[in-house]
This record gives sequence, C-alpha cells and structure tokens, in this order.
Amino acid sequence: MPNTIHIPTPLRPFTDKRESVEVNGATVGELLADLTKRYDGLRKHLYADDGRLRNFVNVYLNDEDIRYLQKEATPVKAGDSLSIVPSVAGGAPTSAEATVARPTNAADVELNADEIKRYSRHLIMPEVGVDGQKKLKAGSVLCIGAGGLGSPAAMYMAAAGVGRIGIVDFDVVDFSNLQRQLLHGTSSVGKSKLVSAQERLHDLNPHIEIETYETTVTSDNALDLFKNYDVILDGTDNFPTRYLVNDACVLTGKPNAYGSIFRFEGQASVFGTKDGPCYRCLYPEPPPPGLVPSCAEGGVLGVLPGIIGVIQATEAIKLITGIGEPLIGRFLIYDALKMRFRELKLRKDPDCPVCGTHPTVTKLIDYEQFCGIRPEPAVQQTGAAVSEWETTSVDLKKRLDAGDEVLILDVREPNEYQICKIPGAVLIPLGELPRRYAELPKDKDIVAHCKMGGRSAKATDFLRSVGFNRVKNLRGGILDWIDKVDPSQPKY
Amino acid sequence: MALQLDKQVDASIRAHGQETYPNECCGALLGRDGAVSETLALPNMTDEGPRRRFRVTPNDYRAAEKRASETGVELLGFYHSHPDHPARPSQYDLDHAWPFFSYVIVSVREGVSGDMTSWRLREDRSAFDEEQLTYA
Repeated sequence: MPNTIHIPTPLRPFTDKRESVEVNGATVGELLADLTKRYDGLRKHLYADDGRLRNFVNVYLNDEDIRYLQKEATPVKAGDSLSIVPSVAGGAPTSAEATVARPTNAADVELNADEIKRYSRHLIMPEVGVDGQKKLKAGSVLCIGAGGLGSPAAMYMAAAGVGRIGIVDFDVVDFSNLQRQLLHGTSSVGKSKLVSAQERLHDLNPHIEIETYETTVTSDNALDLFKNYDVILDGTDNFPTRYLVNDACVLTGKPNAYGSIFRFEGQASVFGTKDGPCYRCLYPEPPPPGLVPSCAEGGVLGVLPGIIGVIQATEAIKLITGIGEPLIGRFLIYDALKMRFRELKLRKDPDCPVCGTHPTVTKLIDYEQFCGIRPEPAVQQTGAAVSEWETTSVDLKKRLDAGDEVLILDVREPNEYQICKIPGAVLIPLGELPRRYAELPKDKDIVAHCKMGGRSAKATDFLRSVGFNRVKNLRGGILDWIDKVDPSQPKY
Repeated sequence: MALQLDKQVDASIRAHGQETYPNECCGALLGRDGAVSETLALPNMTDEGPRRRFRVTPNDYRAAEKRASETGVELLGFYHSHPDHPARPSQYDLDHAWPFFSYVIVSVREGVSGDMTSWRLREDRSAFDEEQLTYA
C-alpha cells in the first residue's frame, strides 16, 4: 500500500507539478529513496554530496519531525503521510565569507537586460563584446587605498562593470583630499573613506559588488586578502606598503596594476605577472627614508592621479579581458608639465630576491624595517613624553606670552609660509639651512618648526651638529600650533 | 526571469527591513504567475545571530504554504534584509537556497531601506542569477 509524500512548492517542478506523490517503502528512508528514483532532479536538493539529507531539509512523518523519531530509519505504516518541509535560511555575508556567491567563471555569467543597455558601448566593440563583458563581470580587482589613485581607478572599473571591487583603506576623508580624490565629496569630510567610496561606486553601478576592508595592508593579512582577487591595484603612497604589495602579488601570483604620483610626474606599470618583472626588479632597494617626500610633503597636481589611476584601471581591465598589450616589462613615465609620456623597458631580474630564479624572500617580511623606517619617533606621537629635543605648541605659546626671547625658525618652503605662519617666525627652508645657518644666533633659544614636525626634526639634528645647543623641534609642526593655539589660521 | 511587485508589496518589505534593523527580517512572497500580491512577515528564528542570519521554521513555512493554497495563490519565494550590506546573496544564502523560489533581498543601511534585488538559484545549485524586479 503506497504512502503519500507532500512536495513543497519549490520542488514541484521536479515532480511534474504534483503536490503529492505516492511512493512505496517500509521506512522514511525507503520512501525518500523511492521518490528520488522516480524524480531524479530532486536528489541534489534533498541530499548533500555525502549522501546525507541537507540540514535545511526537514521531513515530517504526519506531524512529527523525523529527527525526533528514528530519523530515516523511522518505520511507516499504511495511511502515514510524509511531508518535505524546507526551512528557509540565509543572511548577509559575514567577514569570514568575504567572497559571496557569484560565478567567477565568465562562462557561468549572464548579463541581464539592464546590464546589456548599460554596457552597450562595450558590447558593440568586437574586442570586448559580450564575452569580454562577462569576463569583467566575473572578474575582481582589489584596490589598495581609496585615495588619489584608487578613486579614479575604482570609479572607472565600477562603471565598466568589473564584477567585484575590493577596497582596503582605514582613513577618513579630509578637506585636503578633495582636490583629487573624486570618490569623496565635501559632504563626506570626516566620514570613513570606505563609506563614501561604497556609496559613490554603488551609485555608479548597482550591478557590481563592493567589498570593503577597514584596515591597513600588513604582512599578516596581505596574502589572505589578495588570494580572493584577480588583479591587485596598488594605489599606495609609501615605500613599505609598495614593497609589501609587490611581494604579496608575486607570492600569490596576482598581477599588480601599479601606479605612483608625485608633484607633476606619474609612473605606471604592470608587475608580478608570471614572466614579467616585479617592482623589486626595478628597485631592489628602497630609497633612504626621508629622501623621497610623500604627496603630503611635496604636493601633487590634482588631475595627475586621475590620469595615472585611469591608466591602472585600463591595465586591470585589459588583464581581465585578455585584450591588447599589457604594460608588462614597460615602465611608463608621465610628465604633466611637459605633457609627455616616456617608456622604459624593464626586464625580469633573474637575481631578484622575490621573483628571480632563486628567491630569498619566500614569505612576507617586516617592510618598515626593510625600508629603514624606525618605529614612529617620539617627535610624531602626541601624548608621548616630550624629550629635551622638542617642545610643544602650548609650551611655546606660554613662553612667548611670558615675554621670553625665543626665535621661531620656519623650515618650510615659501609657498607654505604664505598659507599660514607663526607670527615672528624666520623662514629658512630646510634645503637652504646648510648654507644659511650662520644667520641664526647660537646664544638664543630657537624653536624649529615645519608642517608636521618631520623636516624640522632634521633641521634640529643638523643645527645641533653644527653647534647650536639651544634649538628644539616643535612637535606636530604648525598644524599642531593651529589646533592648540591659533585656530584662526588655515590648515593645509 | 522577472518578478513583479506592486507598490504595497514593495513598501511592506522595506518597512519590515527597517522595523527589524539592525537585525535581519524575513517573510514569504505569495502570488501567481511571477507577480507578488501579498507578503507574509515571518519571525526570524535563527540561532546564529539575527544581525547576519535569518531562518524560517518548518512550521512557519507550512503556514505560508497553507495561506497560499487557502487564498488560491502560490508561494513564490521569500524575502529578507541585509542590514548594512549590499543586496547581494551571500554564500550562506546560496547554500540554503531552494530552486524556483524568488529570493528578494533588501539592503538596509543605517536603518533606511535602499536597494532591492531578486535572485533565483540555478538548477545545479552553482550560483544565483539575478532576476529583474518590475513594478505594477
């Protein structure tokens, strides 16, 4: 005598739309086996690969869950009916499952009607076409930084339909970012860069996924972060991270769409491909710390990262779609003032410590140490004890108010001096100090300052080395002075 | 594939997502021929933390199916919210999905409902395909 199994809505297409099916067997397990024998399409939805019932498939014998009876061995008698009841579950991705359910193979990707309209200018070019667009949709790029380079790169890649874009950044938006970081608007100042980036990119293209990582890239997390992406886009502004990104790309086998900018000049290349050179083939050793200033110290033309970041995005898109000639083994140098591009040939160095034939760097190292950067000097740390080499804005103000004779030495550049200054300060740019220090009195207290305290620390060291014993560095520079003493002046 | 929502259905899903924020909401979609005519809000009975997970119990599932057959419609699928996450299915969604159902996801950011998308499981369970949402 057959028993009846009640089929839930989502499985009815497999049972010729029947709500219930008659099956034979002596136990629940046998009834289910008979069911899947009759309707084979049900099998993979009811059973996991190991042959056990999926944990979100509930089977009820009459009104009892078989888990509380004898499970699949529960005997059935005439007139019993079985029900398959789905428990429906789901949820947002947790951090442990950063990669969400999406095809990573272009062959498995579909473009819906909205997407076809959106990407039509790609689709009508045979070099891209539907196949290329599907590759983009299945592709993924991790942007290191959502700043000057990351902004244009991420925006163009999002608009172009790169299916998954990851962004690593930990910064908040500052007014001084807005001159070039177009991901962030005036209303985002003070907010996390990741929040404004996500909003902007999602508005540009809701069909893609944006994954954000509020962290710095470190030797501990880089390999895990990189392994989930097809291409890494290096938009960093410092040497330790640049070497770290390079080495992690080589170790994980991910191409690095590289770019860097300074003042009016930019550079771009593709590093870390299987047969191409890496950043270390070009620069085996980092420059001495402090020799190459950052954009915060040296400035940058606002449109420059737009050009370089978009070159990086172009390379990422070419790598994903496999079209054109990637910038592998070529080092592109762009000069915005001359409006010229130059190209240098790069070769893979067989002796390269990371990508050569006998690599000595086989895991990630301490890149701060590699770049000769000591742990943050006390000069920069607010809250640290004030050494005899330095003073604070508040103490300086007290001394000035008390009528003490203190010479304030500003070692910034004249154009910085134009923006803001401490009243009465003498301007001698750091670079001119070696030939002009004789202008300063050795028998007076001197307080040297710059923008943030780095250059004036060097000036203080230098002056001490030539016999000035009463010179101190202003901790935190003029920015700290403006914060604590004179908020009427603009910060830059 | 497309799923049609009417204004009231759209509004009730969004309102439910906001109501349970920062936790996930869930509910059933009832209707016929690819058009949702009614939503049935269901309690989120997950044991794994409602901020990132939802679960509809078998009894609630049966109640939804019963309601559908009593009112002469079909159970078309389920909706749930992703608080402060994009309206994209997670791996967990995929692992727990049923074929032929529409899975509507609404993203609720900082307490305000935003994007809404709908997804269907491929028959080989390998991935979700997005289906278009249309409005009556």
